[in-house]
Amino acid sequence: MFRRLTKTFSRPKLCYLIKNNNLGGSFSNYRSIVPLSTTNLALKDEKVTVTFVLNDGKSLETQAKIGDTLLDVVVNNDLNIEGYGACEGTLTCSTCHVILKQEDYDRLPEEPSDEERDMLDLAYGLTDTSRLGCQITLTKDLDGLVIQVPETINDARS
Amino acid sequence: MTLKVVKAVRRTISSACKKNLQVCIVGAGPAGFYAAMHLSKNVQNVNLDIIEKLPVPFGLIRYGVAPDHPEVKNVINQFTKVAKQPNVNFYGNISLGKDIHLRQLREHYDAVLLTYGAEKDRLLGIENEDAQNVISARNFVGWYNGHPSEQNLKIDLSSKTAAILGQGNVALDVARILYTPIDDLRKTDITECALSSLAESKVRELYLVGRRGPLQVAFTIKELREQLNLKNCQTVWRENDFDNIEDTVPHLPRPRKRLTELMLKSFKQGNVLDDCSKYKIFKPIFFRSPKKFLINTDKQVTGVLLACNKLHGDNWVTQKCLATDDTEILNCGLVFRSIGYTSVQADNELSFDNGVVPNDKGCVLDDNSEDKLAKLYVAGWLGTGPVGVILHTMGNAFQVAKVMCDDLKNVKHDKRDGFSAISRIMNSDQIVDWNGWERINKYEIEQGQSKGKPREKICNVNKMIEVAKCNDMLIE
Repeated sequence: MFRRLTKTFSRPKLCYLIKNNNLGGSFSNYRSIVPLSTTNLALKDEKVTVTFVLNDGKSLETQAKIGDTLLDVVVNNDLNIEGYGACEGTLTCSTCHVILKQEDYDRLPEEPSDEERDMLDLAYGLTDTSRLGCQITLTKDLDGLVIQVPETINDARS
Repeated sequence: MTLKVVKAVRRTISSACKKNLQVCIVGAGPAGFYAAMHLSKNVQNVNLDIIEKLPVPFGLIRYGVAPDHPEVKNVINQFTKVAKQPNVNFYGNISLGKDIHLRQLREHYDAVLLTYGAEKDRLLGIENEDAQNVISARNFVGWYNGHPSEQNLKIDLSSKTAAILGQGNVALDVARILYTPIDDLRKTDITECALSSLAESKVRELYLVGRRGPLQVAFTIKELREQLNLKNCQTVWRENDFDNIEDTVPHLPRPRKRLTELMLKSFKQGNVLDDCSKYKIFKPIFFRSPKKFLINTDKQVTGVLLACNKLHGDNWVTQKCLATDDTEILNCGLVFRSIGYTSVQADNELSFDNGVVPNDKGCVLDDNSEDKLAKLYVAGWLGTGPVGVILHTMGNAFQVAKVMCDDLKNVKHDKRDGFSAISRIMNSDQIVDWNGWERINKYEIEQGQSKGKPREKICNVNKMIEVAKCNDMLIE
């Protein structure tokens, strides 16, 4: 039965409902309609596990909603990553820089846009598998994703 | 009930055992707020006082970031969260070196962190630099962003040709603000005064003059991309400036490579100007250093004498630029000097060298430190020099705050009174606190609403204080 509910309120339909109820498409509004019990259950099913590995070696494992970006995950779960997401996902800073494993990088549905690359070019410790957290949207496939959060300072700088 | 008693007792005991550490941060810009973010989270029993020369917070986020980049200013939300913590205080309209002296801060706090940035414009040091319409980019940026000390800027935008000396992001901000269609600017928080001047601007040909070559530009790719995509604007590069550049591209690190490729792409597209009158022209030129400003009898600028430079050396990072005997005249009636910022020595007891406060990982190097004086730290541009984007300032501020966290565990001197001692020394009537800023903020947003702008900034310190002190405007 739950499965059917999940199907009924799958994400595209949910978004459709939100938009047509004039609740706006932003994620803050998205959360405000969750109390509707069926959607709540449906959303519960749609969670994945994500682990952020910080530069001091500490790991933060958390449950994340499918459809959220990695920046949303950090903000919504109040993860203690200092200064993360200064521009709030508007592609004008690189404070949400993350480094992915090659296989994870390769399986992301979209390549980084020019604008994302422009910002990454300013990040410290840029790698070939660097992305901005605000541009990675979680899908079911990404369950168990492990992401490295690089140092925000360049220690090599004199 | 019992729980309450236990809590109260515990609180009394803990406050008796652990003294409250008093930390003063001078300068409420990004460096100050990022340091406060780290300190408030990582030091127990700390009270943080952020003092600021202006009545309003956020420094270059408010007065440096271009009005058409509102997204960059979102970081204000993070800073506001920091300021609203119970152990963080904002005290605006206090000027270090005038209202309060560094020694006094060091006597009454356990640690003092200076983050007051780089507020002065660097000078070229050439002939006629004081001519009319030779404008400091810093002043121009402050002017259109509503900085109270820049509102008397005299700028004449009636010349068809203008030149910007320098090729950093500030130079590109100046260019973009000059060329952005005025109706787009009307939707930003640019001041009304700047809007009406810019609406009358006659500038249609704008040079961006660089000392070195395309491989050494200081602007970043996002700003260049925006400039190249500007409506009604054509970018025209000089034919020979890109000689041999293409061969170098494959060997460049990724950021420099992508930036250079973008310039090359625009260069190769050529300049098919079917109808010149339709476009404003943007002309970056390289290998030219200003030698002197040319003026008329009224001491107005009429042009710039440029020395032609050659780069020496093979490596693009270490290439040296040397002037040849060749010169060139660039005729223009308006010049912006945008060659960087420099800090000021706010207090004469502060060690100061080469435009920065000398430091080791943020600890200020001063020999005559007495035991009773609090340790002094520096973060942001005042310590690193005025380079880098907000990310770099953030990293530096966190790094310095980390050092402070460790030091604060071993503070040896007696308990300090912090701001209560300071407010006894100075006239505290004029201080604007966070509630005062919230009143200003609310007022500015309201003033902007009727014009369809996110805010209309108050550009006058007295008016700011008046609004901040207005008691009948209650904030929730």
